[in-house]
Amino acid sequence: MYRRTFTQLAAAAVALAAGAGMSLAQDTIRMGAAAPQTGPLAGGATVTHWPAVRLWVHQTNEAGGLQVGDRRMTIELVEYDDQTNPQQAIQAAQRLATQDQVDFMVAPYSTGMNLAAAPIFAQLGYPMITGTAVTDQQPALAQQFPNMFFVLGRTSIMAEDTAHVLVGMRDRGEIGNRVALVNVADAFGIEMAGISRGVLESNGFEIVYESSYPLGTQDLAPVIDGAKAANPDAFIAWSYPGDTFALTDQAIVQNFAPHVFFTAVATAFPGYAARFGDQIEGVMGMGGVNADDPAFQAFAEAHMEFAGQAPDYWASAATYATLEILGQAIEATGSIDRATVLAYLQDRSHEYSTILGPVNFNENNDNERYWTVGQWQGGVFRGIAARGRDGAVAAELFDGWN
Amino acid sequence: MFILITGLLLGGTYALIALGLNLQYGVARIMNLANGEMLVAGGFAAFWLYTAGQINPVAALIVIAPVAFVVNWLVYRFMLQPLVKRAKSRGALEVDSILATFGMSFAFVGIMTWAFGGGYFNYAFLAQPLEMFGSSYAQNRVVAFVLAVVIGGALWLWLTYSRVGLNLRAVAVNPASASLVGVDVRRASALAFALGGAVTATGGALVSMFFTLDASVGVLFTMKALIIIIMGGVGDIRGTIVAAVILGIAETAVARLVDPGLTLAAAYLLFLLVLLFKPAGLFGKARG
Repeated sequence: MYRRTFTQLAAAAVALAAGAGMSLAQDTIRMGAAAPQTGPLAGGATVTHWPAVRLWVHQTNEAGGLQVGDRRMTIELVEYDDQTNPQQAIQAAQRLATQDQVDFMVAPYSTGMNLAAAPIFAQLGYPMITGTAVTDQQPALAQQFPNMFFVLGRTSIMAEDTAHVLVGMRDRGEIGNRVALVNVADAFGIEMAGISRGVLESNGFEIVYESSYPLGTQDLAPVIDGAKAANPDAFIAWSYPGDTFALTDQAIVQNFAPHVFFTAVATAFPGYAARFGDQIEGVMGMGGVNADDPAFQAFAEAHMEFAGQAPDYWASAATYATLEILGQAIEATGSIDRATVLAYLQDRSHEYSTILGPVNFNENNDNERYWTVGQWQGGVFRGIAARGRDGAVAAELFDGWN
Repeated sequence: MFILITGLLLGGTYALIALGLNLQYGVARIMNLANGEMLVAGGFAAFWLYTAGQINPVAALIVIAPVAFVVNWLVYRFMLQPLVKRAKSRGALEVDSILATFGMSFAFVGIMTWAFGGGYFNYAFLAQPLEMFGSSYAQNRVVAFVLAVVIGGALWLWLTYSRVGLNLRAVAVNPASASLVGVDVRRASALAFALGGAVTATGGALVSMFFTLDASVGVLFTMKALIIIIMGGVGDIRGTIVAAVILGIAETAVARLVDPGLTLAAAYLLFLLVLLFKPAGLFGKARG
């Protein structure tokens, strides 16, 4: 018993000494990252979050590190699994700050985890540049947590733009007025469906089928059957990865092919194309990128080479951009003092050059230039609607599962 | 007709998910909370064999089922039998086994994340339509249903008419009396647990044809399996199959006729009704 306590104490002392030694020498910047490696969101984080974070660290170190004042400092990444559990995300952030004494932290993955960790990031004084948090509460959040920044965009705008894509197609006479609208029954799905319903109805669309299904459902034959029976011109599903795959699969099986087929999260994943091949030509989804931008193409190539998997066509690049922004803020201030870097980020006059294009933050710490809707065209998921970004291509009619 | 067939197909899927756990809980008295992880492991194995070796998931069962049998036998022999030995009563064993397998489920998730990564896994096998009575259904679901019927039927026949099956049923009814009449309870339990694991992994391999899986998704299957075996009656293969089919048809009918959002509510309502009126399961007799 005593011996065990002693061993533990000794181990702790050695670890402490090692930690102290490291922070004295300080030719590395310690970065902490806690995000899902297990739990319900691990699948998405494995596609979008982890490879982008590790790639940035790898590339920065390959290039000799960041130029901080007159020193070049490499990055050391400390990773924790938050198990997709808000409580764990908070504990991990605390542990990164107090035990690992990291200089900066990567924001967690997903809206929910970011909201959960926001208070602790604020309390500990770490800048929190989020790449996967989409909400409509940006103004309130920025007020409450002035250290929190948003790169990926706003939910309401995405739901609005999706509806506006339909309005545009209808006004060009490409589709009729009938829309089937389904959603996963959680906060995300309900909110998105509500906003898109509002825009569609006020533009004279008729919602001919509307339903929701419980989170985690993959037996969606009844949903597709119901939607098909209503004979809509467009099908909009505010879905999560598992159901995005299941809805598409079932639509193919029942040959449900309206002129617009839209599924939300995971439509932009490389795994979606891998699973369905060229059958998904013309399928629309949430997010998007400028796939013709050389900066994105270089990122995609490096991602493939480094992680053995392609990035998604949406939030992967945004996640990478959050670290580019942080790195540029550190280099510009020539300091790894968090308060100094945070003050620099909070100065709205600064602009950052990222693989998304130039990014700056408004008075709500909000990036106002982002992609909202994409479509699979010629094997690439291309942005067809965006706010403040160039390179959107025209939306095409979906002409059936090949 | 669409509702009936879709419901039957879904019921077949549910039966595949629940049959294995019923053997494990009914006979070996292990409430295996790592059941869902075993199912996902079976699915991963099928995914891996299909993508790496182009081996079709149904043929892959020839490998997956025996491997799962051995793995589960080892798990029972080395991790669960010590609990069985020291347990003073059935209640104590249940508490211990729930805690132990709950821990095991995390270990399995960790191993699968390490081996396969945390991403989503799916593949296209027989994802084509099959026309029946004017509607189309996924071929892979039909194949899974047929195999569910075959596996369920074989298990039921074997348990009902074979000597070993009789032993297992004896253990399920009363382990103490079974050993009095010369049944080797320890062997029968290990056999039931290993067989249950093999059936679960088989179910996983079949389900992976149409479900998108990831390393952490197992718990959803465990929950579903629990509802079904409690509805069908612990240790009762026939009850499990009937409960699975009832649940499948009820959920599909509610989803199509009322609202897909109410499928879970319908499932739990049925569960509640069974608990209220047939607490020992659909075909259960009150135990003395």
